[in-house]
Amino acid sequence: MSTITWITARGLFGRRRFLLLLPLPLVLLGLAVLCRSLGVDPGEWGPPVLVGLGLAVVLPVVALIVGTGVLGAEIDDGTVVHILTKPLPRWQIVLPKLAVAAGVSAATVALPLYVAGVLADSVRLGLALAVAAALGALAYSALFLALSLVTRRPVLLGLVYVLIWEGLLGNFVSGTKVLSIQQYVIALADRIAPTGLLETTVSVPVASVMTALVSVGFTVLAIDRLRSFSVAGETS
Amino acid sequence: MSTLSLTGVSRWYGNVVAVNDISMALGPGVTGLLGPNGAGKTTLLHMMAGFLAPSRGTVTLDDEPTWRNPDVYRRLGLVSEREAVQGFLTAYEFVLASAKLHRLADPAAAARRAIDLVELESAQDRRIGTYSKGMRQRARVAAALVHDPQVLLLDEPFNGMDPRQRLHMMQLLHSLGDAGRTILFSSHILEEVEQVSGTVQVMVAGRLAASGDFRTIRRLMTNRPHVFAVRSTDDRALAVALIAEPSVSGVELDPTGLTVRAGDYGAFTRALPRIALKQGIRVRQLVPSDESLESVFSYLVEA
Repeated sequence: MSTITWITARGLFGRRRFLLLLPLPLVLLGLAVLCRSLGVDPGEWGPPVLVGLGLAVVLPVVALIVGTGVLGAEIDDGTVVHILTKPLPRWQIVLPKLAVAAGVSAATVALPLYVAGVLADSVRLGLALAVAAALGALAYSALFLALSLVTRRPVLLGLVYVLIWEGLLGNFVSGTKVLSIQQYVIALADRIAPTGLLETTVSVPVASVMTALVSVGFTVLAIDRLRSFSVAGETS
Repeated sequence: MSTLSLTGVSRWYGNVVAVNDISMALGPGVTGLLGPNGAGKTTLLHMMAGFLAPSRGTVTLDDEPTWRNPDVYRRLGLVSEREAVQGFLTAYEFVLASAKLHRLADPAAAARRAIDLVELESAQDRRIGTYSKGMRQRARVAAALVHDPQVLLLDEPFNGMDPRQRLHMMQLLHSLGDAGRTILFSSHILEEVEQVSGTVQVMVAGRLAASGDFRTIRRLMTNRPHVFAVRSTDDRALAVALIAEPSVSGVELDPTGLTVRAGDYGAFTRALPRIALKQGIRVRQLVPSDESLESVFSYLVEA
């Protein structure tokens, strides 16, 4: 394991905000188990729990907490200087951090989604949700990691994207769905395990290409921004 | 041996000019960067360390720019003013991580050597979060020294250190300077600079106000007239007595009291009680009115 990965992981798990990750997946899991044990029709609880809660809230929010935490927290408290004063090409800093962020988010979200998918329909749906969520976690992490380098308020901006753009506008202005990671995840999951539970207007090719574009594009942006990283002086 | 060169370096934030047209070349030895708070020392150090792009001018380390060039960190170490450290690591882990990130051949040995250098062996296995300010500072210095850099930049390194730690840090900087390293440290405290370095660069309001041998600059600083505000039971009688005193170069009488200008700080402060006693006047207030560092520096700029 690289030193950057090690420090990032220790920093992430050592901070108290890591505990914020636990409740959301647990709620998702709890609701799925409850609906199933009460014998509610999966056609009724599937979409709101799997999509409305799982893919629209749990995945982006967990990715936001982790994605802005791996580098943003270090920028906030100033410890980033220790990593930056090393003769490392900046991609060697960004990629391990992205890997930790995407890995932790994917693990945190994919597992409850898998269980919920199995309870709602089948193992195949569970796997589809887990795989699509992992891909979504990568795209979200790249976005939020880059955000923590372009703005001083990455969490706020990330929330605006998730809640306003994906959540609100996505319901009213269908065109915004083309730029919504959430819709890509739904399209990909539906492609792997076609069921009536997942619906989106975004086509699978668009979703695949855009997921790759978002992941690569924002990673490149993050590397470039880190190259020109300025430490604010006493006058600013 | 490495040389850090600044040529016509300026940096502004919007309308505020933080650093104004500074040129200097730093070679081996210890140099103090002296200036009041807000003079632009940190901004200048950040530009030297490649953490800020100059708005104008160039900063180079051995002819390579420091901005957008991580390779300079092979030869450059920085101890920033913000005392941020990963508190969840022990000092040894922290310094070892630095050594590994530098891709040193034997990171463990390098880490132990650096910790030895700052005398932190006894506490090296404790979490940095439990350290005092001075110890934390030393851990950061160890991390910055782990790759034995040619150039070491320290921003206010003596902040929060007790006198013994200060002395030790000064000795460390001296020995590094004597060994041919280029050391630059910033400070707003005159005495700190005096004890460490022979060469100083004085910054005031973003400009380089003076540079050269410390003793010469210090003499300029101590020989300036000092201004005191004095209030007593009989200001007029005191004024008459004071003007006869050789160390006093001027006395001004106004409704609130006396403004006394003294050429020699020590002689005047010794003479005043003696004169007051002799005249039977009681001194109610004696305030040096220009002892702020800013006034020392602005005097220097005018000189």
